[in-house]
Amino acid sequence: MLLLLLGIILLHVAALVLLFVSTIVSVWTTSETSTSDLWINCSTANGGYHCDPASTGEWIQAVQALMILSIIFSCLSLFLFFCQLFTLQKGGRFFLTGTFQILASLFVMSGAIIYTVMSPDWVPETDYFGYSYILAWVAFPLALISGLIYVILRKRE
Amino acid sequence: MLTFLALASVVLLGIVPEQSQAIVIYTGWERHALVGSDIRLSCSFFSWRWTSEDVTFSWTYRPDGSRDSISIFHYTGGAAYVDNKGPFRDRLEFVGNPSRRDGSILIKNLEFSDNGTFTCDAKNPPDIVGRPSSVRLLVFEKVPIQAGVITGAIIGVVLGLLVLIVVIYYLMRFLVARRVFSLSVSKHGKKKKEGSQQRQGPVPPADPSKVKAAASEKKKQESRKDKK
Repeated sequence: MLLLLLGIILLHVAALVLLFVSTIVSVWTTSETSTSDLWINCSTANGGYHCDPASTGEWIQAVQALMILSIIFSCLSLFLFFCQLFTLQKGGRFFLTGTFQILASLFVMSGAIIYTVMSPDWVPETDYFGYSYILAWVAFPLALISGLIYVILRKRE
Repeated sequence: MLTFLALASVVLLGIVPEQSQAIVIYTGWERHALVGSDIRLSCSFFSWRWTSEDVTFSWTYRPDGSRDSISIFHYTGGAAYVDNKGPFRDRLEFVGNPSRRDGSILIKNLEFSDNGTFTCDAKNPPDIVGRPSSVRLLVFEKVPIQAGVITGAIIGVVLGLLVLIVVIYYLMRFLVARRVFSLSVSKHGKKKKEGSQQRQGPVPPADPSKVKAAASEKKKQESRKDKK
């Protein structure tokens, strides 16, 4: 039981770390000379490293909002898990925790989908997706699995 | 006191008309508009006097990157004179109301070349001393959205909904605990229980009203027992 508890907390924290990294690190798309993410576009042009604020289109703002929301919900879920761990009666399920975690996973999924579909509007054709983008996609199944485990899990003494 | 007020008013009214006072002119600071749309540039002024018959408004326009301004509109003696040769030919209209100190103009069918500074000057004789006020017009193909507005809106709405749901949940719990009303869900649960209890009996009652009647009869019997 303790092992399972430890495992699910680790899974949750891993998903949370992935979410944080993918939101903050500026490698959603890369090319040889430039990287860009949800917040800034950086490029190395003639020797100098130069960063601009990202474009202010509707869709990139939606992606920003969804990523932040998924972080918030995942944090809330972790918090609720510890709350429920001590308050839930024997045999109860972590429904609330699971709901929040599944919602977080849905948010990150929709954010990544929107980025995939809409990014050609503001990203040059030559760029390809960077590792932050991949991390966001990896975070989605992790969060979903941990959320489902929360829902299935019953509390034991 | 009254005499003092009267005296003061007499003094004020006596002195004020003799000297002209400053006039303050108001326009906006910056206006954004879409190309092809119409925009109303408002201009009003404040002076201590009633608006006279001789009130004048004049608008000048200085394109971006140019040093010279050209006069595009003049209102004087109750008549408006609009630009009929320059850049705003046939596109300018006076929509103000001079007697209410409003010297607004309407520019129709905006073009990108209309970017520039519009300056309004007003005179309300004998109040003529005042600084003209300028409004900058920026014509866009698409009105730009400020960074973070939508992000903030989405996050705010979702978190607001979350808070609302939590508040409603606790409110319901509070009301149910105070027996202001009972949830229909719990009623259904009871009915099901009754049903299952009676299904053990020989004849399962199909009609819920019958169940209720049976329950009330039971209660009556109980109360009778209590009375006895």
